[in-house]
Amino acid sequence: MNEPFYSVKNLTKVFGGGQEQVVAVKDVSFDVTPGEIIAIVGESGSGKSTLARMLLKLSQPTAGTIMMDGEDVTKLKRPNQLKPYWRDVQGVFQNPAGSFNQFYSVRTVLEKTFNLHEHRLSKAEKLERIHKALNLVGLDPQQTLERGSHELSGGQRQRVIIARALLVDPRLLIADESTSALDASLRVTILNVLKDLSQRLNLSVLFITHDIGQAYYLADRVFVMYRGEMVEQGPTETVLQFPQHDYTKRLLADVPRLEGWTASPGDLSIEELAKALT
Amino acid sequence: MKADNISVQYETRVGTPVLAVNDVSFHLEHGEVLGIAGESGCGKSTLAAALSGNSASNMRITGGTVSLDDTTTIDIVKTQGIPRDWRGSTISLLPQRALNALNPTARIGDYAYDVIRAHEKRMNRREAMEKTGERLEQLGLPTRVLKSYPHQLSGGMRQRVVTVISTLLDPDILIADEPTSALDVSSQKALVLMLQKMMNEGMLSRAIFITHDLALLSNIATRISIMYAGEIVEENTTNEIIHNAQHPYTRALLAATLEPDPSIRNITIKGLSGQSPDMQTPPSGCRFHPRCPYAMPVCAQKVPGATPLGSGFARCWLLDGTTEIPDPIKHEEVVAS
Repeated sequence: MNEPFYSVKNLTKVFGGGQEQVVAVKDVSFDVTPGEIIAIVGESGSGKSTLARMLLKLSQPTAGTIMMDGEDVTKLKRPNQLKPYWRDVQGVFQNPAGSFNQFYSVRTVLEKTFNLHEHRLSKAEKLERIHKALNLVGLDPQQTLERGSHELSGGQRQRVIIARALLVDPRLLIADESTSALDASLRVTILNVLKDLSQRLNLSVLFITHDIGQAYYLADRVFVMYRGEMVEQGPTETVLQFPQHDYTKRLLADVPRLEGWTASPGDLSIEELAKALT
Repeated sequence: MKADNISVQYETRVGTPVLAVNDVSFHLEHGEVLGIAGESGCGKSTLAAALSGNSASNMRITGGTVSLDDTTTIDIVKTQGIPRDWRGSTISLLPQRALNALNPTARIGDYAYDVIRAHEKRMNRREAMEKTGERLEQLGLPTRVLKSYPHQLSGGMRQRVVTVISTLLDPDILIADEPTSALDVSSQKALVLMLQKMMNEGMLSRAIFITHDLALLSNIATRISIMYAGEIVEENTTNEIIHNAQHPYTRALLAATLEPDPSIRNITIKGLSGQSPDMQTPPSGCRFHPRCPYAMPVCAQKVPGATPLGSGFARCWLLDGTTEIPDPIKHEEVVAS
């Protein structure tokens, strides 16, 4: 199989100090190989987003290393070092409206992305790449380019943001809850786009979510985070069908299902309810 | 409770009103939880606001009556909402974002006291605290939250506390508007368990639960209404909706529900194409026809009537008896690579 090109070792992030100290991410290590989709699941506050911010170099780890192609990228700071890094590692976040300058058309938003490139492209080349990226995410460039963000639906907006990330030919896409704000029927289409891109472009995707159902649908491997630690990782089928850690088991049991929760709540006694609530 | 032909629209600056809710009717018996599901912008929150007396300033109720236990029928157009003294005590709203619902500078106990005092002038502070504390204990929540400020509680706990406060006055009907959408699955489950407990203990006799999450809804609702573009397109018992949905939109919603189950590996589930319609100019005929995989010429021309289906109904031209209903094309098999 493929060799990992990206690896994280003992990554830790501590906020505050003294009594107020919070260890948001603790000793997290993993590898990423080209073209694989990894889902990172966990409840709110488990450190998923802090991890994503560190990987995107938006926040500096307290300890640990991030390696890409055998090079230590943990300490990159200056813009001329970060720009090449961001060409390889791109992020897509939860609220697509927030990543969009509302006064710009889709065309302007996408053209501005080329500022990340050091080499100059002609206008025609830029437009060709934009067309290609929009087609990849299933949008019609003719209909989309001149629109403003308010003229797009949530799903379309999120697809434009994914297209923007694709313009720089990244190798790793970090999607932090990027489908959570969407309606179920739109959510599936975005998941399909990510799946398709990963296969066609050999793009690796780190998909961060609290929804195990989405992880099950999309991911090759699943990492489970709990209180800042990575408590379980492995192939999707193994982790979700034979969960080892208690937290993974609880997470699976709490997912609402059409047929009712696996352990049906029924008429709980007050003690059982109290236990479930705390 | 019976609500008939409720229509609500929003005034806009350009003049064309947005028709958010169009001719919606339902009834709610004691002991029932009616679930209302649909995607963003389908009018479900507008309906909740209109029925709970929390209208926005540019909202206008253009039609509808509400009656409780067949006593009086209230024309909510004249009063632009339910009577003021119903709010909180007869019909109570459990809002979406608990963080925004609570006062950040007041302790939970003081806030609860404010709510009680607004309706029961004679109750003093100590009695109000006792009543709230007792209720918290009954539901297995720690009474220390009375002395806490909202920021000291977790998101799930805040939402449960808001739930308790919104039912303190023993409302006849609780309208829960997306109470779980900002919570993680464990907190969602806890909230639903708590609501069930309230129903079982008689603190709550009936409820309307609004969400876009059908899987969650199927765990609490006895009946489910599916809303699309301001209209109820299908309504039935939870069991019928989950296992025997008739409307193509309901089927699409069900197909897009991703459950952590081996059956969703290695298949591609098709989402709905297109987007929900602009409600200033809703589509002609059946409002779902531009996105419907089974759309026929008649769908764009005439509004489908309600076809009775045993214990419920659906509005779709496929059900009028002249057309054969196609099998639901749910999944597209993909060869595992």
